[in-house]
Amino acid sequence: MSTGSITHTAGSAAASGERVVRYTFAERAVHWINALSYTYCMLTGLALFTPFLYWIAAVLGGGPTVRFWHPWVGLVYVVAILWMQSKWKADMEPIPQDQQWNQNLKNYIENKDEGAPAQGRFNAGQKTFWKVMFWCTFILLVTGIVMWFPEMMPRGLHWLLTLFVFIHSATALITIAAFIIHVYMSVWMTPGSMQAMTDGTVSGRWARAHHRLWYERITGRK
Amino acid sequence: MSNGTLEVKAISGHRGGTPGRGVSRDYDVCKLVDTTTCIGCKACEVACVEWNGYVFRETTFDNTYQTMPDTEWNFWNLIRFKEDVDGDGKLHWLMRKDQCMHCEDPGCLEACPADGAIVQYSNGIVDFNQEHCIGCQYCVSGCPFNIPKFNSATKKVYKCTLCSDRVGAGLEPACIKSCPTGCLHFGSKEDMKYEAIKRINQLRANGHKNAGIYNPGDPDKTPDASSPGDIGGTHVIYVLDDASAPEKYELPASPSIPFFVQLWKGPLKWLGGLGIAAGVLGVFMHRVRYGVKDVEGEEKRA
Repeated sequence: MSTGSITHTAGSAAASGERVVRYTFAERAVHWINALSYTYCMLTGLALFTPFLYWIAAVLGGGPTVRFWHPWVGLVYVVAILWMQSKWKADMEPIPQDQQWNQNLKNYIENKDEGAPAQGRFNAGQKTFWKVMFWCTFILLVTGIVMWFPEMMPRGLHWLLTLFVFIHSATALITIAAFIIHVYMSVWMTPGSMQAMTDGTVSGRWARAHHRLWYERITGRK
Repeated sequence: MSNGTLEVKAISGHRGGTPGRGVSRDYDVCKLVDTTTCIGCKACEVACVEWNGYVFRETTFDNTYQTMPDTEWNFWNLIRFKEDVDGDGKLHWLMRKDQCMHCEDPGCLEACPADGAIVQYSNGIVDFNQEHCIGCQYCVSGCPFNIPKFNSATKKVYKCTLCSDRVGAGLEPACIKSCPTGCLHFGSKEDMKYEAIKRINQLRANGHKNAGIYNPGDPDKTPDASSPGDIGGTHVIYVLDDASAPEKYELPASPSIPFFVQLWKGPLKWLGGLGIAAGVLGVFMHRVRYGVKDVEGEEKRA
């Protein structure tokens, strides 16, 4: 897949000043509903996870307030992620180039992007991030609903509740790891990404560099 | 039911020190329940509800002398009634006063995420502060004795306070005061253990060869058996006619803080905290080591 540098400047493709629509308004809206509800759940969850962060609960209205809203906001987050699933399902399907991208991960991390395999609308890393968040959300939902109403749990099954609390915390920690990488990459590591999620557009050059198969498909240009 | 006159030695969901650990002259208090002299009169049940000022709730009849199936958020003291047939075909009426055991290492306090919702005083009493309780009920699953009970109207959890308000004022708990047979005793833990052993020797001399003390995880009793989930002994101890089978009295044989609570409050908490800190530091290190994927910058220069 050595099809040339992804940062080349030649050719009519990716003409200077060209803008490409990356995310529609609906996609951006659902992303931010998801992001804000996730952030609330992460912060309030961390407050209840360790005494060192219990002050977050105080800042967000106090322990009982946080205990009340965390599950409700969690449901908003789940609905948003299901909505995203319906929008991005096709784009998240694996393609043959994903494997090459994954093998090239070290170079990607070190920003050695010459000769990187061309990717669709989402690269293989984004697909992994999506899968992690989606399935962790499923686990968080199932364990979370039980933790929401522990008084419904028969005493004989209370050992299961301690297991669920543990799984809920551990799963949330996995999502936080993914979240840190996701936020870092979008706001800092990959200039242009943030604008894709705010204004909805990216430059043609950005699209061609990071998601060439997608760029070629939507513009019909090479 | 926090109590200003008692020194606090452990606080739930709390970082930093506590005022009373290792500095207080308080001695460990203890309630001794001699099940062999309990007649099931339930004066202690009434005294508990009376003293704490709760509304009397409906009782249920299940063909036994037991007032209701379980302790409740406003019914902290319950005489459990069991009919037991021993190996010789002899029928025993087993009556046990059930209430919070006031563990030396309480699972409820360990599991609680809310700062100050559960405190342990230097004298060993474990107390809930409902004003700091957030109603998550983690304490319910942390407790090996099924004691904390949730009130769905107030969204708070309640349990026996060992009358911390009375004890703080130099009085015995209400249940002790009401007991007509003298099966309930209250004093220092040392004294109560001594009293228990005296009674056990008496019982054994009278043919109750399995008579014994129930004081699970007490370091004096089982110095070699201490494990991470140990509750370290309790501030309510029992004299049982047959201590070889506490299950007959609906007491767990070896109560411990649930394994997943330990795993969650131990390794997961520390690994999680370190992981998050390492992750945030890691992405900053990535930025300064490898820079950004600056496609746009090249465009500007072009």
